Amino acid sequence: MELLMSIVIGIVFSVTIYLFMSKDLLRVVAATLLLSHAVHLLLLTMSGLQRGAAPVLSFDAEAYTDPLPQALVLTAIVIAFAVTALLLVMSYRTYKVHKTDDLEELRGSADE
Amino acid sequence: MSNVIILPVIIPFIIGAILILLYKRHTIQRVISGITMLALLALSVYLAIYVYQHGTLVLEVGDWEAPFGIVIVADLLSTLMLLLSTLVGTVCLFFAFQTIARDREKQFFYPLYLFLMIGVNGSFLTGDLFNLFVFFEVMLIASYGLIVHGGTGYQLRESFKYVIINIFASALFIVGIAWIYSITGTMNMAHIAQRVSELDQTGALNIVAIMLFIVFASKGALFPLYFWLPKSYYGPPAAIAALFGGLLTKVGIYAIIRTFTVIFNHDTGFTHKGLIVTVAGFTMLFGVLGAVSQFDFKRILSYHIISQVGYMVMGLGIFTPLAVAGAIYYIAHHMIVKTALFLFAGATQKITGTTDLKKMGGLIGTHPWLAWLFFITAISLAGIPPLSGFFSKFPIILAGFEEQQYVISAVALLVGLLTLFSMMKIFSYAFWGKQKHTAAQAKIPVGKLLLPILPLVALTIILGFAAEPIFTYSMEVAEDIMNPTNYIESVLKE
Repeated sequence: MELLMSIVIGIVFSVTIYLFMSKDLLRVVAATLLLSHAVHLLLLTMSGLQRGAAPVLSFDAEAYTDPLPQALVLTAIVIAFAVTALLLVMSYRTYKVHKTDDLEELRGSADE
Repeated sequence: MSNVIILPVIIPFIIGAILILLYKRHTIQRVISGITMLALLALSVYLAIYVYQHGTLVLEVGDWEAPFGIVIVADLLSTLMLLLSTLVGTVCLFFAFQTIARDREKQFFYPLYLFLMIGVNGSFLTGDLFNLFVFFEVMLIASYGLIVHGGTGYQLRESFKYVIINIFASALFIVGIAWIYSITGTMNMAHIAQRVSELDQTGALNIVAIMLFIVFASKGALFPLYFWLPKSYYGPPAAIAALFGGLLTKVGIYAIIRTFTVIFNHDTGFTHKGLIVTVAGFTMLFGVLGAVSQFDFKRILSYHIISQVGYMVMGLGIFTPLAVAGAIYYIAHHMIVKTALFLFAGATQKITGTTDLKKMGGLIGTHPWLAWLFFITAISLAGIPPLSGFFSKFPIILAGFEEQQYVISAVALLVGLLTLFSMMKIFSYAFWGKQKHTAAQAKIPVGKLLLPILPLVALTIILGFAAEPIFTYSMEVAEDIMNPTNYIESVLKE
């Protein structure tokens, strides 16, 4: 199961890098979105994937899923959500002001 | 008593939330935020003195015991950084009162400002790696808001790059956290440190160390991850640029110092003397070369942030108590002086309406106070005795020669020389020479603008003349963090 997840995470990461390289503003925003998914999956996978047990610790439980990564990933998802919302607004404003979403044209000239 | 150490996080949070509701009434916002920052400053002075006298304070949030819950730790280094950050925050806020345009002020400027302070203070105080990530994000989201504040075309374009590089670095931070959790099974920094020393820092742990170094290096603008800094710090108004220049990169440097003294201190030949020293050398050199090639007040200062961040990590890389003490002294000096210089850039911009050095000149004739205060700060930055720049660079370079790190020490000396050159370039272009601003501009009074900067200029002089007690203090901080068992024992209570 961990091996499968590792491969999935690798694929998501490579798609992310591909999108980061593109010239389109929105694709870069999409890349950050995918990147957050990739790292959240990694965070869950790295703690070991336990199946069929509840993430609650009692002293006589024989098996339980580690609850900490789930708490961490929840926090990380909320943060990623906020950042994505902000980034979308920023890219919309950038598009409105500069009338372009081509990053090549948003490079800024050398004399500034 | 230990409950007090969470106040620097809670106070700006509550006040910032209240200020959102009052966003239309800018006078009330000014008064409340000004009082809040002064209160925070007083609180952090009190905390610094208390921790110096009574030792490290630890708060287990929600009364969850140490390795399981989040801990807030105030040791000597955290309280020193807290003191510096609130000082810079207060000064920039009072400068902002006079320079931020009225319509910008109404766009949630003060709430964002206080939220930034939550993130910065929290990052300095937390003893939990994931909590550090959360506070980093709080700080960064507030900084995204402040850096585009006003929404000019230039700001939007450059801030987009700033946001993207920071999102990428934050994602790598989670990767680093995931790896370290899979190896050590804990998030508490003291507990991680204990486990790492039991595991022996080899193989995968070194990879995690480098991963976290990359993350903090891109927030702290180290070579080769500094390219976002000069352009994005150019856009926002002077008060915000000064706040960012003084504070934000130093949070990254603090995180490097914390992780590489408490956790990853077992393979110093590779991580410290190899990786960090090399990176520090390139950072100093490329930063100062960038500054030398520029002809813009703010841009020169931005490039100098990069070169000076190099000195701090160089002190950490050499990793003797003397060098680390020098690095800590240097952080204090740099935060004070760099903020002051950015604010001077703002004051000259208010007079001349530009930051282009070629369009300035002769300010010393019309505004002598501004010119001479700038001169004191500039030579302090370049490291002329008896100001603070000299006494903070001296121990770092001395330790470099003692440890036979001749190349890096030579680079540091050369960078000092080039710093002096580019500071003199600003002085001779902007302040000497023929007057290039109009007679109307010459009458613009800057006395009130200089008032908030005066404490900073006074501090750089005091840090220089009172070098002995302050260096003794930095030495104590350095010995405290070089010996992480103190930190680990006070957190885990063994």
